[in-house]
Amino acid sequence: MRFASHSTRTAAAAAAKASVDAFLEVPGGRVPYTSHLAFAGGPDNPAAPMPAYRTIDSQGQDVPDAEVPYPIDKDLALRMYTSMAKLQTMDTLFYEAQRQGRFSFYLTCQGEEATNIGSAAALSDKDMVFAQYREQGVLLWRGYSLEQFADQLLGNAREPGKGRQMPIHYGSPAHCYQTISSPLATQMPHAVGAAYAYKMDRRPQVAVAYFGDGASSEGDAHAAFNFAAVLGAPTIFICRNNGYAISTPAHEQYRGDGIAARGPMYGMPAIRVDGGDVRAVYNAVQEARRRALALPPPAPPAASAASASPGDAAAAAAAATPSAPGPVLIECMSYRSGHHSTSDDSTRYRTSEEMRSWRARDPVARFRSWMGRQGWWDEASEAALRRSCRQEVLAALDAAARVPKPPISDLFTDVYAGPDLPPHLEAQRRDTLAFARRHPALVPPGVPVR
Amino acid sequence: MLPSLLGAVRQHGLLARLPRVAQSARAFSTPTTEMTVRDAINSALDEELARDDKVYVLGEEVGEYQGAYKITRGLLQKYGPDRVKDTPITEAGFTGIAVGSAFAGLKPVCEFMTWNFALQALDQIINSAAKTLYMSAGQINCPIVFRGPNGAAAGVAAQHSQCFAAWYSSVPGLKVLAPYDSEDARGLMKAAIRDPDPVIFLENEILYGQAFPVTPEVLDKDFVLPIGKAKVMREGKHVTLVSFSKMVGYCLKAASALARDGVECEVINLRSIKPLDKDCLVASLKKTHKMVVVEEGWPQSGVGSEIAALMQELAFDELDAPVLRVTGAEVPMPYAANLEAAALPQVDDIVKAVKSIA
Repeated sequence: MRFASHSTRTAAAAAAKASVDAFLEVPGGRVPYTSHLAFAGGPDNPAAPMPAYRTIDSQGQDVPDAEVPYPIDKDLALRMYTSMAKLQTMDTLFYEAQRQGRFSFYLTCQGEEATNIGSAAALSDKDMVFAQYREQGVLLWRGYSLEQFADQLLGNAREPGKGRQMPIHYGSPAHCYQTISSPLATQMPHAVGAAYAYKMDRRPQVAVAYFGDGASSEGDAHAAFNFAAVLGAPTIFICRNNGYAISTPAHEQYRGDGIAARGPMYGMPAIRVDGGDVRAVYNAVQEARRRALALPPPAPPAASAASASPGDAAAAAAAATPSAPGPVLIECMSYRSGHHSTSDDSTRYRTSEEMRSWRARDPVARFRSWMGRQGWWDEASEAALRRSCRQEVLAALDAAARVPKPPISDLFTDVYAGPDLPPHLEAQRRDTLAFARRHPALVPPGVPVR
Repeated sequence: MLPSLLGAVRQHGLLARLPRVAQSARAFSTPTTEMTVRDAINSALDEELARDDKVYVLGEEVGEYQGAYKITRGLLQKYGPDRVKDTPITEAGFTGIAVGSAFAGLKPVCEFMTWNFALQALDQIINSAAKTLYMSAGQINCPIVFRGPNGAAAGVAAQHSQCFAAWYSSVPGLKVLAPYDSEDARGLMKAAIRDPDPVIFLENEILYGQAFPVTPEVLDKDFVLPIGKAKVMREGKHVTLVSFSKMVGYCLKAASALARDGVECEVINLRSIKPLDKDCLVASLKKTHKMVVVEEGWPQSGVGSEIAALMQELAFDELDAPVLRVTGAEVPMPYAANLEAAALPQVDDIVKAVKSIA
């Protein structure tokens, strides 16, 4: 008896030791062991780059086996195309207006029209957008008018922003577009916080944070990714990887596989997209939104549960309704065809051949070609559209220039909430107005003294 | 704790079985209730969380750990993880998230383990929280409270001991509060949470454990102090002593010592660094004609500098002597106890400053 119990005990002990030894149990979870001394990744052993999802090729032809769960009908295609064309025209003319000295600053989204419009079209108008600064196409899609753009650029009395923000720093609660915050990537934790608020309120909307390849280096970006995953906040992170952060090219910004590859490391699903393909961007953002809100898929998954290959099973699981709301990361690969802004001359750091070759890959032209193949667009429509866009933009600029500047009193309001100014600001406002009335020659032209 | 419950507890001899009560109440024969500053802030947070379900608390260690300094003790258990959030370690991250949630309509109370660590979140506090209402022309509010211990503790040296009152008080769009006693802590915290603007709430670690008498009025769940109003702690006619936070206590001790030598000091507890209660300061100056400002922070561009500038602008003819400043030494805080004491204002320094102009 004694020997049997001893051997039972040793066998039991050995079994227990074996199961304890099968995995490393730590507060973060459990991981299997390996006896290989092997490092993953690094410059001499990089992982294969994540592929970019694409549905329309560079000639404007359908990619034969492309998955398009959210097809684009003629009405949507026309709306997308006219928006992209209007965006291009607006950018070109506003840029020229700045060069003429009509306002202090402008930046275009040339080369990224498909990223702007494709993503905007996939979102609900109620999804709160936390943009970086190169997403004016999203505002345009949502109905911000050319007059409103021009009013903000000129800082006149008509714009709801009261001339507070420098040009292109748009903001419009009515369009669910958060006032632009200049310091890079600060909008990313904001978006996560807002998404958390929506989740607590059980509101079926997401917060969307746009940011560039350069901004993804900021500490706030890392904190936002990590935090969104930990909180399960329904946030869509859309990275516009346009290859440059002012003069810093992407290969000097990071050494890993761009931004999309970071997503899974934070515990969030991620996809890389051809940012010049408006239909691919549209589909990716639609799908991301569904996942962020943990909604069911638009069609039954292609692979059945009984499929033999584990890859198919994983794909089927991924295409099902997610278990809980959470963040999703999209990296749109494109090219910044224009200069960083009117304060930049990018010919100083990139070659004209490079810029020429990318301008030839104009996402708007690509989609125009695709629309032509559907029989939805022709030369006459193109000429008429470009003419009318140009006229509208110029008319908006002229109208905005005729509106007076904000009155002096607008200098002092909105520092604190509430209808009344705090006493110290009220005193300063009174003194300033009195001074302006005594010395009208010192008042800048066009500024109403009231 | 409510006064009636406290009374019942004392009556039934439950003190020994309730360590928290033993900390905050002593068995005097008078009916005065005492409460530590820690319990004052904790009770204010508790009541405001109960009052408005948009209010929530976030920060490092605020939940499971009950708060690094136990200020949020019991709140996770009472309100759950949706209202009391433990965050990953990223001041910039959780501050940005708190600010974003405030833009979206929630009312966060964002704790920094110490205001020294908030330097990593400075952009979110200044460029986002303070400025967004103005930049958006009144369309986007940020009803947030940032709170945590400020200034020197004891033996925690350079990166844990800085006073940030002066820096934050220069920023338009922020309100800056600094409670001294438990009445201040309760009334100002409630005012801060109910205020639609971003508020910087500067506590003091040494004061957390100090008990002060509180009246039933102070213990009322709607006890709110006005922001921008100072309190005259002690009246006097010879010299005005102006201070905030822990230094108010030092000024009161200095005033007692000076009274024995026939110098009557008026001690003003600012309570609010921004907006500053200029009217209270000028009214006192008109009585005493002499002023000494006492603060722990560094001398250049400190709170005292602002008050000195204001007094000579607003009441030059009332001054019989320059406005003096007693401040911390212009060095990063050293660790050794003797060096730390030498780097901070002591009661004797205040007495000497007053005597030099009295």
